[in-house]
Amino acid sequence: MGVRVGGGQGFYGDTPRAVTGLLDAGVDYLCLEALAELTLAILQKDRQKDEAKGFTRDLPAYLQAALPAVAAGRMKLITNAGGINPAAAARCTIDTARALGLSGIRVATVLGDDLLARLDAIQGSAPLANLESGAPFVDFPQPVLFAAAYLGARPIVEALARDADVVVTGRVADAALFLAPLVHEHGWAWDDWDRLAAGTLVGHLLECSGQSAGGNLSLDWWTVPRPWDLPYPIADVDPDGSAVLTKPASSGGRVSFDTIRHQLLYEVHDPAAYLAPDVVADFTAARVVDQGDDRVRVSGVRGAPATPTYKALLCHHAGWASEARVGFSWPDAAEKATATAAIFTERVRSAGLTVDEWCVERWGVDALGGPTVPGTDAEAPEVLLRVAWRCADPRTAALVGRELVPLTLSGPAAGMTGVGRGGAAPSELLGLWPTLVDKTLVDPHVTVSVDVVP
Amino acid sequence: MRRRLHDLGCGYRAGDKGDIANVALFAPDPAIFDVIREAVTAERVRAHFGRLVRGPVERYAAENVLALNFVLHDALGGGAPRSLRADNLGKTLGGALVRLEIDVPADLADRSAARPDVRWADQILDGLAADG
Repeated sequence: MGVRVGGGQGFYGDTPRAVTGLLDAGVDYLCLEALAELTLAILQKDRQKDEAKGFTRDLPAYLQAALPAVAAGRMKLITNAGGINPAAAARCTIDTARALGLSGIRVATVLGDDLLARLDAIQGSAPLANLESGAPFVDFPQPVLFAAAYLGARPIVEALARDADVVVTGRVADAALFLAPLVHEHGWAWDDWDRLAAGTLVGHLLECSGQSAGGNLSLDWWTVPRPWDLPYPIADVDPDGSAVLTKPASSGGRVSFDTIRHQLLYEVHDPAAYLAPDVVADFTAARVVDQGDDRVRVSGVRGAPATPTYKALLCHHAGWASEARVGFSWPDAAEKATATAAIFTERVRSAGLTVDEWCVERWGVDALGGPTVPGTDAEAPEVLLRVAWRCADPRTAALVGRELVPLTLSGPAAGMTGVGRGGAAPSELLGLWPTLVDKTLVDPHVTVSVDVVP
Repeated sequence: MRRRLHDLGCGYRAGDKGDIANVALFAPDPAIFDVIREAVTAERVRAHFGRLVRGPVERYAAENVLALNFVLHDALGGGAPRSLRADNLGKTLGGALVRLEIDVPADLADRSAARPDVRWADQILDGLAADG
């Protein structure tokens, strides 16, 4: 028997409305993937203000859409929306179920990804060097704002084995949310590497919602049917790990060789060695066959033993930023933008304000393409100047922005206009510190608890 | 003959991990895949992106989906929550990649990218104007 898994969320900010289409199509498991690296940083800011926060604020909307089907026994729900506070997210789940009058639902909470409280102990045994720069942990710009390990599928499988209807986690690796129900239903062993790799690829193809079903497409993007009604993807997964990716039939969108291969390499480094917590997967071994009618069969994925470490993400304060945007009209729009940016930065310098980093972007010239944009004589009909800056404190960041305002009358050339309303209030920047932590330092602290909605 | 990757019908998708961006480049068919595998080296891509990518570039092949995957280090201004760039996630780096021009054999040079047909969108927006 195959297992049908749906990807109901791709990020924090996605739409709960898409869940409806998956419920209508019928899935055995609905997985909601809510966390990007950036999301943890956002949730950290929430938790700084209120200890009861730190999980995604739109979780109640997803629960209201999904819990009735869970209570009716039609499906189970797995989500990492717990962010950096899964216990609070689980309480929210129970409260939402009670408010809906749905008693008896079994809600599991997975804890143990949060390393912050134990970091001193972990440091003694793990180097925690920066995975990208190689910098040793002594260089970490203290304090540590959050520290989360990317857990695998095991604790979710344990929760499902204890008859959980809803599983709420924190930082579990995206694809592991989807791998877990496949391990549970198909009884895959933890050393059945090819199966674990196949389930990981299925998860990778489902974890970004509309991106597998015609969203964010290159090539013939304009031919996708009814793109305002983009579906979220479904996988029918066989016991051997082969799967058919598809979508709810009634929606728009498309599932094809092209939409699936776009997602297959999304945020992947070496596709022959995709490092997941439970397996190292070889996506280049996958056979991807378009069967027509929005069905793509994926099979043949190979796996190798998992590494002894989890990836972990640490976060630190990185200064304060603000920005300003002004537009310039023809003639000489690009030159006016360039001159205004230079005048602005000189004014800031003469005002005695310290800026640690500038970012000057000329939209309509090369803001996005940078040096890849070929030199051209074409005159831009208009150019938008965006200047962003980083300062040590929010007060300085705000004062820098004030230096642009007088240029309304005292700028270099005619044809400068505001863009939209208001200026940007300074916002806190956060730095990420990816690292590795030995699994033996994490696994003993991972817990699964199950509560029943009264 | 020199052609942009875009004109050869190559697709793309970009994503982020920390201060690393990856851009996947998709060939429309095996013939073009053979050409880009030869021509679009990590060194070419590194030079193409110039100051946008400050670290090294690695290249991986996924022939099963006719794709090359480029991993661009130190490419996002310090990573999404730290970057001052508007495109702090590197979402637009795919389009920047397919601007790259390469030499192609004459029998492949007559290809051209399909032009978008968005009459359906014009109709929707015309409807708004009519309603207004």
